[in-house]
Amino acid sequence: MKYLCLLYDNEESFAALPEAEMTAVMGEYFAFTNATIAAGKFIAGEELAPTHTATTVRVRKGMTSTTDGPFAETKEQLGGFYLIDAVDLNDAVQIAARIPAARTGSVEVRPIMVHGGS
Amino acid sequence: MTQDGAGSPVSASTRRHVDTVYRTDSRRVLATLIRLLGDFDRAEEAMHEAFAAALVSWERDGVPGNPRAWLVSTARHKSIDADRRHAKFDASVADVTAQLHPTQDDEPTDDDVADDQLRLIFTCCHPALSLEAQVALTLREVCGMTTEEIAHAHLTPAPTLAQRIVRAKQKIRTARIPYALPALDALSSRLDGVLQVIYLVFNEGYHASDGDTLLRTDLSAEGIRLGRLLHALLPEPEVTGLLSLMLLHEARREARTAPDGELILLDAQDRTRWNRALIDEGDALVQDALRSRRVGPYTLQAAIAAVHADAVTAVDTDWRQILGLYDVLLRADPSPVIALNRAVAVAMQDGPAVGLAVIDALMDEGELDRYHLAHSARADLLRRTGQLTAAAVAYEAALALARQEPTRRFLRRRLAEVRGG
Repeated sequence: MKYLCLLYDNEESFAALPEAEMTAVMGEYFAFTNATIAAGKFIAGEELAPTHTATTVRVRKGMTSTTDGPFAETKEQLGGFYLIDAVDLNDAVQIAARIPAARTGSVEVRPIMVHGGS
Repeated sequence: MTQDGAGSPVSASTRRHVDTVYRTDSRRVLATLIRLLGDFDRAEEAMHEAFAAALVSWERDGVPGNPRAWLVSTARHKSIDADRRHAKFDASVADVTAQLHPTQDDEPTDDDVADDQLRLIFTCCHPALSLEAQVALTLREVCGMTTEEIAHAHLTPAPTLAQRIVRAKQKIRTARIPYALPALDALSSRLDGVLQVIYLVFNEGYHASDGDTLLRTDLSAEGIRLGRLLHALLPEPEVTGLLSLMLLHEARREARTAPDGELILLDAQDRTRWNRALIDEGDALVQDALRSRRVGPYTLQAAIAAVHADAVTAVDTDWRQILGLYDVLLRADPSPVIALNRAVAVAMQDGPAVGLAVIDALMDEGELDRYHLAHSARADLLRRTGQLTAAAVAYEAALALARQEPTRRFLRRRLAEVRGG
């Protein structure tokens, strides 16, 4: 069963981390990623560029409009994701709890929809 | 159970028998079927088909030796048949289905059945579901209440409640919330969640006075039933403590309301109207829980309720012991509400002026500002120390926050007294 873990954190305070702390956090991410790969539960995972580089696209009545930035003003921004393969939600939550963002921000765990047959 | 599958005549005695088994065993049958079929809705559908089939088959062949096993096995076959019908033109799906449902009829043992019931409880009370969804699902699946009954008891429109249950089941299926007992390292926190749901169900019935009182009382009965069930399945000290606490509260139900529906406080209750059998049972349970040496908040609250229950008159109450228990409880669960109750015990033990000072200090921290019982407790102590004008102000503050009608009437009465005095 696939779950997408969406990592929400305050990107400004993340960017403002002193270099030593940033290195430590990135080290934790690498360790988590490697452990998840070793456990055979990693499918994909990426860090996203900051929200100010984002573009929001909408098509209304056939017209494409683009706007700068993400849809809503929030304290925490989507900063990255992991696509994992977990046995069930309990397993997925256990994995998500080890993602560093779970301590400083939050991780939203969403099951991936399965289409065609159950 | 009113349908009889094929429309053939069914004798009254068979019908009664099936009804009885439905009442006593349908939840256990369901709990096992959810495990075997892997889905709430399929299990429910299959179970109802099996009960319908029982009317015909038990009439013809007599009641089987183990009706529960018969129902589980029949329901399982009905579900497999339904799958085969769906898969009629698709042999590959039928193959998969055959693999999914092993054909041997291994009858579940009593241990399996108990585990299935626990699986059902822990799944309905899974923390990934909202608390309201946990309550609704538990009442529906574990207690077997109908959606309409649950909606009525919660003063919620039935469609809203029905949607809540559908969504919860959808989440269980889609997010794959496992139908499993929690891992040992998670058991204690998961059990806390289950106890919270059970106590919430009980309290909704015990404290609610708006709406249909009779139906709300049913919720207390369901809370106690859940407590008994969990205690039989998993006799952890806090499970025992919660059951004891509910029984000791329930013992006072009759005495806490006057014939005109007015609220009677503990110190004014006619203690001969307390239910002795429930008190004795609650007493024995709390002793059990205390002996475990793993004493948690429910057990401590039950112990406090037991001290009250032991006092023949209000004056005989052992406030020193109650205060000692509150001290321990406050360490186990340092919440402002517990601190408030402790302050009331201080007032009883050391006098209203001392208690008042403790409450005032608590109120200064601000967390109790919106809690009507804090204002009414403070008002009561002001009244007892003769500060009637300040007492009136505090009763008014309580009245502005209290929602339930009997509580409001009680506060209005007290307000009139201090104003008149």
